[in-house]
Amino acid sequence: MNPELRADIEAHMALYPDSRSAALPALEAAQRVHGWCSPEAIEEVAEVMGVTPAYLAAVATFYDMLETEPVGKHSIYVCTNISCSLRGADDLYAAVRDAAGDDPDFNVRSFECLGACDIAPMASVDGVFVGPLTPEDVPRLLDDTRAGRPVLPDKQLSTRLVADPNANSREFPAHAVEEGTQ
Amino acid sequence: VTEALLFKDIDEPGLATLDVFAKRGGYESLRRALATTPEDVLAQLEASGLRGRGGAGFAMGKKVSFLPKGTIDKYLVCNADESEPGTFKDRELMQKSPHMLIEGIVIASYAAGAERSFIYIRGEYVHQADVLDAALAEATAAGYIGENILGSGHSLSLVVHRGAGAYICGEETGLLDSLEGKRGNPRLKPPFPANQGLYQGPTLINNVETLATVPAIIRLGGENYAKLGTETSKGTKLVSVSGHVQRPGNYEIELGTPSREIIYGLAGGPPEGREVKCWFPGGSSSPVLKQEDLDLPYDFDAMAKAGSMLGSGAIIVVDDSTPILDVALKVAKFYRHESCGKCTPCREGTNWTVKMLERIDAGTATPMDIEIMASVQEHIIGNCLCVLGDAMAMPIGSLIAKFRDEFEEHIEQARARNDLGVAHAAA
Repeated sequence: MNPELRADIEAHMALYPDSRSAALPALEAAQRVHGWCSPEAIEEVAEVMGVTPAYLAAVATFYDMLETEPVGKHSIYVCTNISCSLRGADDLYAAVRDAAGDDPDFNVRSFECLGACDIAPMASVDGVFVGPLTPEDVPRLLDDTRAGRPVLPDKQLSTRLVADPNANSREFPAHAVEEGTQ
Repeated sequence: VTEALLFKDIDEPGLATLDVFAKRGGYESLRRALATTPEDVLAQLEASGLRGRGGAGFAMGKKVSFLPKGTIDKYLVCNADESEPGTFKDRELMQKSPHMLIEGIVIASYAAGAERSFIYIRGEYVHQADVLDAALAEATAAGYIGENILGSGHSLSLVVHRGAGAYICGEETGLLDSLEGKRGNPRLKPPFPANQGLYQGPTLINNVETLATVPAIIRLGGENYAKLGTETSKGTKLVSVSGHVQRPGNYEIELGTPSREIIYGLAGGPPEGREVKCWFPGGSSSPVLKQEDLDLPYDFDAMAKAGSMLGSGAIIVVDDSTPILDVALKVAKFYRHESCGKCTPCREGTNWTVKMLERIDAGTATPMDIEIMASVQEHIIGNCLCVLGDAMAMPIGSLIAKFRDEFEEHIEQARARNDLGVAHAAA
């Protein structure tokens, strides 16, 4: 197996009194290498951690961010929980799905509350939170992601001020909740 | 509005670095705390009246005092799995002021006698976890984390542990199982974590905001902190306001501030021409309140008296343009997705509730179904290992009770729409 992955897993194991605590970080590390928690990825983690593959498979299926099927390399999580839905998330999710089409590079999912209702509706693009988004933002979002550029730099949560009273305000449509997409 | 404690310098450029944080008085509270005894620190926490900011509102000082004394291995776990829909305050604190949290963790661990600590942060908070890791490296290099901190004899290790996407891991015992590398299934209580928690050892678990408040308590003194807020809800609170308001965001308020002032004064209220239809005062698992409740003071007791709860301090506003059935369906679907499946009332109850709401929308329900749905909610509450099922049953029950007419109307209208469809197809 990849020696860097082995070292990564072993480093995580050393952080805990019981090395089994490293299961999530180890599976995440293997997922980064393999693209998903494939049977090979799970076997490798099991070998390093000294647990059974079945144990790790049971863990992996519990968590939304551990992929147990092959997926596109760019993950786009669109929050469709209540606060985002009230501000148009269902239309946004539909727009992202339509625009991404069957491009195998994208893993587009509707996701539970991502904890960024102040920029609703929003999405997490390879872990970067962006919002508030409209369907018109979607082509640029996908282009930036494809090109490996910072995604929608002007809409990234990390640059937003807490105390600016208008930081997150914008127009939003009346009755934006649509029949569930979760 | 009182002087901000948690958000005082929150937008200061570079506050996430040790340099700027220290210039703003950072780690002074730690020095002061370590110059006293753990008992003194515990006494300050108890005097402050600080109640947990994660949802349950349990007195923090009391929680610390529940840990057994002695040299047994004890743990401190910071619950940073912020996942209650509508809640985003801990994200802001971790991202902008990570050292404030770390300082609070070290002080609390000193009071509790814990020498190992963990921040369990939800996996989706990638940026925030990176920020915490960087701050942890700085704090370790400066000697605030590690062996014999500032010569006090107290030692503490800290690990930032990233979750992988599961709402139930915000439940403290589900979190512990997840931190032990398992599926995040809640445990039967008792034993409570204070006696048997992480690795079966005594464990103090607190929310991010709770721990981040600790340095302010030491700075002001517990008694002075307790002058803020109301008789039973002391101090300031971060409130996340979202949904149909003009200025969604995090606001630090003194507990007891009128709810209207938060929703309208700070967050700007619903857009022009629209009214508040209902609001969740403490995340999507809190029973909804209506317009007539807007003048209630926003604190633990007033929300409980009104039949709801302050919860995580997440106010979600729904305006009058939104059908109540859509709100119910969104909420119910979330809890169905997140139920771990261990307890039958929660696993089946959340699924049944979604199906019945869908029937209402599809025009195949009768008014009797409202009774059945209401009774399903009652049979979930209190009958499971954890409160995830209750977290759906409480808001859904309140929506049915408070908007019954609208549910009945929805049933009738959907049925009528259906009949028309059938008639049209026959013609």
